[in-house]
Amino acid sequence: MKTSNGHDVPNMDRRAFLKVTMLASGALMIGVGCKETSTDVEVVQETWIANLYVRIDTDGKVTIISKNPDGGQGVKTAFPMVVAECLEVDWKDVQVEQAALAVDDRYGRQALGGSRGTPDGWDDLRIAGTAAKDLLIAAAASEWAVPATECFAESGTVVHKPTGKSKPYASLLNTAATLPVPDVSTLKLKSRPEEFKLLGTFVRGVDNPKILTGQPLFGSDIRLEGMLYAMYQKCPVFGGSARSANLEYVRTLPGVTHAFIVPGGKEYNGLQPGVAVVGTSFWEVNEARKQLQVDWETTHADSSEDYARQAEALAAGPGENLRTDGDIDAAFASASRVVEASYHYPFIAHANMEPMNCTALLHESGTLELWAPTQNGKAGREKISATLGISENRIHVNQMRMGTAFGRRSRTDFMTEVAWIAREVKQPVQLVWSREEDMTHDFYRPAGWHHFKAGLDDLGRMTAFDHHFITMGKNGETVYGANLSENHYPAGLVPNFRLRQSIIETNVPTGPWRSPGHSAYCFAYQGFFDEVALAAGRDPLKFRLDLLSKSYGKPPIDLKRARDTLRLAAVKAGWGRDPGPNRGLGIAFHYDHGGYVSHVAQVLAEGNSIRVEKVFSAVDTGPILNMSGARHQVEGAVIDALSAAQQEMTFKNGSAQKRNFSNYRLLRFNQAPDVKVHFIQSDNPPTGLGEPPFAPAGPAIANAIFAATGIRIRELPFKRSGITV
Amino acid sequence: MPQITLKINDTDYRLDVPSDMPLLWALRDKLNLTGTKYGCGIGQCGTCTVLVDGQPVKSCRSKAVNLAGKEITTIEGLSPDGSHPVQRAWNHVDVPQCGYCQGGQILVATALLEQNPKPDDAAIDEAMSDNLCRCGTYVRIRKAVKLAAELAADKGGAV
Repeated sequence: MKTSNGHDVPNMDRRAFLKVTMLASGALMIGVGCKETSTDVEVVQETWIANLYVRIDTDGKVTIISKNPDGGQGVKTAFPMVVAECLEVDWKDVQVEQAALAVDDRYGRQALGGSRGTPDGWDDLRIAGTAAKDLLIAAAASEWAVPATECFAESGTVVHKPTGKSKPYASLLNTAATLPVPDVSTLKLKSRPEEFKLLGTFVRGVDNPKILTGQPLFGSDIRLEGMLYAMYQKCPVFGGSARSANLEYVRTLPGVTHAFIVPGGKEYNGLQPGVAVVGTSFWEVNEARKQLQVDWETTHADSSEDYARQAEALAAGPGENLRTDGDIDAAFASASRVVEASYHYPFIAHANMEPMNCTALLHESGTLELWAPTQNGKAGREKISATLGISENRIHVNQMRMGTAFGRRSRTDFMTEVAWIAREVKQPVQLVWSREEDMTHDFYRPAGWHHFKAGLDDLGRMTAFDHHFITMGKNGETVYGANLSENHYPAGLVPNFRLRQSIIETNVPTGPWRSPGHSAYCFAYQGFFDEVALAAGRDPLKFRLDLLSKSYGKPPIDLKRARDTLRLAAVKAGWGRDPGPNRGLGIAFHYDHGGYVSHVAQVLAEGNSIRVEKVFSAVDTGPILNMSGARHQVEGAVIDALSAAQQEMTFKNGSAQKRNFSNYRLLRFNQAPDVKVHFIQSDNPPTGLGEPPFAPAGPAIANAIFAATGIRIRELPFKRSGITV
Repeated sequence: MPQITLKINDTDYRLDVPSDMPLLWALRDKLNLTGTKYGCGIGQCGTCTVLVDGQPVKSCRSKAVNLAGKEITTIEGLSPDGSHPVQRAWNHVDVPQCGYCQGGQILVATALLEQNPKPDDAAIDEAMSDNLCRCGTYVRIRKAVKLAAELAADKGGAV
C-alpha cells in the first residue's frame, strides 16, 4: 500500500508464522518453515521467512527488519548490520524494512530510549542472523548429503570446504523451509570485534537516499487520501481546562472544517483538555487557531523566580538524608582543607527539529491506524486504548522516522490527541503542533541546585563529601528527571559521604531529556571536582584518576574502564601541554547508561567571548556496531551539550515563556567545535551511544573556560557567568 | 482564493492558495511536496529552505502568490536520483542523523557552491549558520561542503 505522496505503508497482515522459539530477551521468535506467496503484484514471488528479522527471496534479495523506531540515533542501520553480520550476507544485497509496532511482544521492546536499544537487541539480532545462516548451511549440507560441519557461509553463499562447491542462499530456500528451527542454545554467536567483518565499519544511513532527495519519510510527511490537518490548542497554563471558546466563529474561518472542545483529563501525558481546530491545511488551521478565544480554568501560577526563592530558602535547611557513609562531621573536622561551592542549572526544552505530530485514520472496520513518530508506540497505544476505549489489538501503530526525539517522543500525548480528533472527524487527520506549542507544552528537563562541600587530607585526597541536592517534585516525590540515585559516585569512592535532598513542588511537566538527570547534574559534579582538584593544588586529571582508583564497598562503576577513557582523552588532547595564550583545556568524565566517556575540551577566549575549538572524546561502550553512527552520536552529543549549556526555559504565571528559536537559541554552525572521537572497543557487550557522550561534554567545556579565563561557571546557561559562545 | 502557477522543479503547477499562504504550506499541504520541512515558521531555523532563482529562501516567510514566474527548486528537484555533487558528498560523509533539516542544508550548500566554488571555512560559516541542525551534524556538514566543492570541480569524481 502506498499513500498519496508515495509513502510505503508497512504491510499489516503478514501471516506466515508456524513455529515458536524463545529469544534471549524472552521475546518470541516466530516463523521458519513456511513460504509466503505474495500475489498482489503481477509476478508471483516466493519469500522464505527465516524468522522475525530475516526474509530471503528466490531472486536473492535479503530483507532485514528493523524493529525499533529511528529518530537519528541510527538504529535502523545498526541493527540490520548485526543481523547481516551473523547471516553472512553482503551489506549491498540487504534492504531494510521498518517494522510496525507488533500486536504482541514478538520483538521484545520496540522503543527508543535509555540507550537501551543496543544492549536489549544485541542477543536477539545475533540469534536471528545466526539461526537463519545455520538453517541455510543445514539445507546445503542436506542437498549435498555432507555433514553441515564441513560447510560454512560467506557473502550469501554456502561453501563445502573439502570440495569448494557452493550454493547461493536463494537456491536453498525450499530446503531450508523444511528444516527444524535450530536450538538457540547451540548457536555460536559472534561477539568480539575481531570476529566481525561488517560490524565496526563505516556504514552510511539506510535512509540517506530518501533524506537526500526529500522523499516522504518522516511522520509529518504522511499524506492520505482526503486527509485533514488538525491543531490542538491546550491551556497556556499547564493543566488548565477549556470552559468555553468562540467555536462558531472559528468554524467560519477559511479552510476550517471542524472546531470543538475536548474535555480531557488531568494527566499531562494523557489527553489534556483543549480545543481542536481541523481544516484543509496546517497554515489555514493555524491562522484560525490564532483567532480562538478560550475561557480557560487554571489551577496554579508557577514561576521560575518563585522556584529560585524556594531553592534559596531550602538551602539553609538540612534536607532529607538519603545516604550517609562513615562519619561525615568528624571527617570535616579533621580535614586539612574544606572546599564549598554551589551549582545550578535551569529547566530546558527538547526543541526537536520536527514539531510533535501524528496521523490517524479510524478504518470502517473499527481499527484505528496511526502513523506515529514516537519513541514508544506501545505506551501510546495503551494510553489511546484507555482513553478512547478501543482495544489494543484494534490499534495499529506504524513507527515513523522522527525529526529528532531526545526523550520528548517517549511521551505520547500527541498520539492520544490525534486519535480522539480522528474519531470525531471520521476522516484521516494529521495533527501538527506549531513550534510555539512544541516549546510551551514540552516535558522539560527539570532545574536543580547542588550545594557541595568536600574535605581534603594533607595529600589532597577527598576524604569527605557532603551534597545537598535541591530538586523539583510533586506531592513530595521527585518528578521525572529530577531524581538522583544515592549510589551515584562519588558515593562509594569517598570514605565519608552524605547526600541530602530537598524538593520544590512544581506543576511544570518534566520528562526524559537525553541522558535524563545525568545530562544536568554531571555539569555540577565535574565542575566541582575541578574546583576541589585545583584547591588541593592538584592536576584535574590526576585528581580524577585517584578518585576513580579506590572504592569503599562495592565499586559503583567499573573503575578501570573509567580511568582508561580519562587517560585516552588526555593523551589524544595532549593534556599537560601549554595550549597557548587565551586558550584552556578542560577535562571531565561520566558514566551513565552503560557507557564510559571522557572529554577534553580546548577553548579560545577573547575576553568573555569563547570559542570551543576542539573536543577530544574517549568512549568505551564496548564493540562498535556502525563506526559512522557511533561517531555521529559522540559528535552530536558534544555539540548538543554546548548548545544546551546556552539554553534556559523560564516560567511565569504557570506558562512557559520562550516560544520559538528567536529567544530559545540552539547552537549554530559557526559556533560548533571540531570533535575528535576515539573508541576503546572493550570486550564488554555493546551498549547504546545516544546518551553517554552527552553528560561530560558540558563540564569539560566549562572547565576549559575556567582554564582560559579564570571564570568558574557554576550556573547554566553560560551567560549567567558573563560568558558568550 | 487566487489561482496561481508555480514553476517548481521545472514543472508548472496550477493551484488555488490563500493570498497570504507561505510557499512552505503550498508545497506541503496543497502539492504534497513534503521534502521541504516545517521547523519554526518564523525564518529562524532554515529547515524550510528552497531555492528561488538559485537563491536560498525560507519558504515559511515567502508568500506563494509572490513567487509566480520564478524558478523554484525544492530538495525533490535538486536531482531526483541523488547524483548532484552536494547530495553525493552528503552521502559519502554520511551527514544525516535524523535527516529532518538536511534538505535545507543541502540547498543552502548548493547555492553557496554556485557562487563560490571553493569556499574557505569563513565562507562556509557565513553560509551555513542560518540553518539549525538539532542533531549536531555541523562537523560533517563542513566536511561535506568541502567534498562537494571537489566533486563539482571534478565532474568525473568517483564518490
